[in-house]
Amino acid sequence: MQIYLPIAEVSVNMFTLLGLGGIVGLLSGLFGVGGGFLITPLLFFIGIPPSVAVATGANQVVASSVSGVLAQLKRKAVDIPMGLVLLVGGILGSAGGIWVFNLLTQLGQIDLAVQLCYVVFLGLIGLLMLQEAVRTLQKQRRGTGVRKKRVQHTWVHKLPFKFKFRASGLYISVIPPLLVGIAVGVLAAIMGVGGGFIMVPAMIYLLNMPTKVVIGTSLFQILFVSAFTTLMHAITNQTVDVMLALLLIVGGVVGAQIGSRLGARLKAEQLRILLALLVIIVAAKLGLDLILRPHDLFSITTGGEG
Amino acid sequence: MIRATLLSLALALTSLPAMAQEATTPDATATKAPPEQIVAGLSRDNIGITTSFDGSQILIYGAVKREAPEPTDEKLAVIVTLEGPLGPVTIRKKSREFGIWVNTASVGVAAAPSYYAVATSGPIEEILDPRVDTQQRISIPLAMRAFSGPIEVEDSKPFTEALLRIRERQGLYEMETGGVHIVDNTLFRADFELPANLTEGDYKTRIFLLRDGKLVDQYQSAIEVRKIGLERWLYTLAHQKAALYGLLSLALAVFAGWAAAAIFRFVR
Repeated sequence: MQIYLPIAEVSVNMFTLLGLGGIVGLLSGLFGVGGGFLITPLLFFIGIPPSVAVATGANQVVASSVSGVLAQLKRKAVDIPMGLVLLVGGILGSAGGIWVFNLLTQLGQIDLAVQLCYVVFLGLIGLLMLQEAVRTLQKQRRGTGVRKKRVQHTWVHKLPFKFKFRASGLYISVIPPLLVGIAVGVLAAIMGVGGGFIMVPAMIYLLNMPTKVVIGTSLFQILFVSAFTTLMHAITNQTVDVMLALLLIVGGVVGAQIGSRLGARLKAEQLRILLALLVIIVAAKLGLDLILRPHDLFSITTGGEG
Repeated sequence: MIRATLLSLALALTSLPAMAQEATTPDATATKAPPEQIVAGLSRDNIGITTSFDGSQILIYGAVKREAPEPTDEKLAVIVTLEGPLGPVTIRKKSREFGIWVNTASVGVAAAPSYYAVATSGPIEEILDPRVDTQQRISIPLAMRAFSGPIEVEDSKPFTEALLRIRERQGLYEMETGGVHIVDNTLFRADFELPANLTEGDYKTRIFLLRDGKLVDQYQSAIEVRKIGLERWLYTLAHQKAALYGLLSLALAVFAGWAAAAIFRFVR
């Protein structure tokens, strides 16, 4: 059944969208990521204009993070003060990111920028995750206990404006979380993702936050940043397609529930390796598109030159 | 079913001169009346883009009205064009920089139709005088209007060719040789299949009546393509009350997220 999207101005099959949402939901339920990094390239692939795909992707991330945050709040696994600091950074970054996005759109380089961001960040994080997961798996096989992480005193601890983050058990400066927030906000706006896959490693490795509060806090921050991003895109570019978002969300929430049940049957380390491989495959595919000679060297966009 | 009715209507047109007069173009009759005139109609004069819009069919039909006997020595031909709203288009070309493919050159076209279809009763180069073509902008390459801004590339031809090629591939530009059927040198009809990815606006319909490549008469009409119902409402809201629309999208997402969590908790 075809459905005409009012903002994207294309007609697409409704079941394709529900299926796309479902697959991404399944993966997000399985791996605990927002799934934004998958939905946006998939939307490009089925012919949704990039600007609409990015803005609507952000809207979809809002829906998936709401249900995640609700669950995490019940478990008291959200460090709200830390979340707020990250949020302030995130909103600054997001505003900047939308400005960059519009600038790149005018220059005709937005596709390149988005693709490069995906290749670099997905590739890097995928490799790191794979390495980490494989190492843990090997250790478990050998039967040695997981090595306790030493608290490292680096330049991070010498910065001013220190603040006590109770839930995380940290006494650190607000500057590093603010910077992490800004970086994620910029990427969220450009790539149309929540940024969870960047935020989570940054919180663990840069801020030394305990793993139990990382997911909840990251989701808390992502919820507000992607809500802000959606609103900004809606106001400045009018590119949020609510019809498209609704179909993706419906497919997504169903998929997420199925995914989380499937996930319960697999081991955490196996899951991480699978996720790492998935991330690497997406990055490699996008990377190849940049390197290989395109099918048609020419492309057209409606609208004048900036 | 609808098609069959329309065809019979088209056929009935010849025996109904009263109806024919109604549909005659005013601009054609204003000056000296040509020996042969087009009398035409459209199967519909508006298309509503609804949520389930999946392309549309348009039948353009008509007849040749004559005051005098038909000149038999010159060959009759009919060309029908359907043209979507004009809009600016930027054509970009990729080239290899630092090992990756990057958009490096671009050409802007100030006005190119979002949709353009030409149906002819025979091969266009045989039935249409190139001068008439240039004057009336009939064939597809002529549908594009002026370039916007100074041209920064040495040769703009590959760019405009790319525009035509890409739009043809998308089914937006179409040339249908033999798409106009003429019966007894009097009745004609042309069917158009409009694609699902239509943009809004007035779609201009032109009919050219030709004798040996020379223009005898032409007829113009328009089909209004509009989003209607929910599509119209959402589009207007997104553009006129952007903040409200943004908040609405967010509310929907938050509600869906909350509802999904609640429903599945209940199911368990």
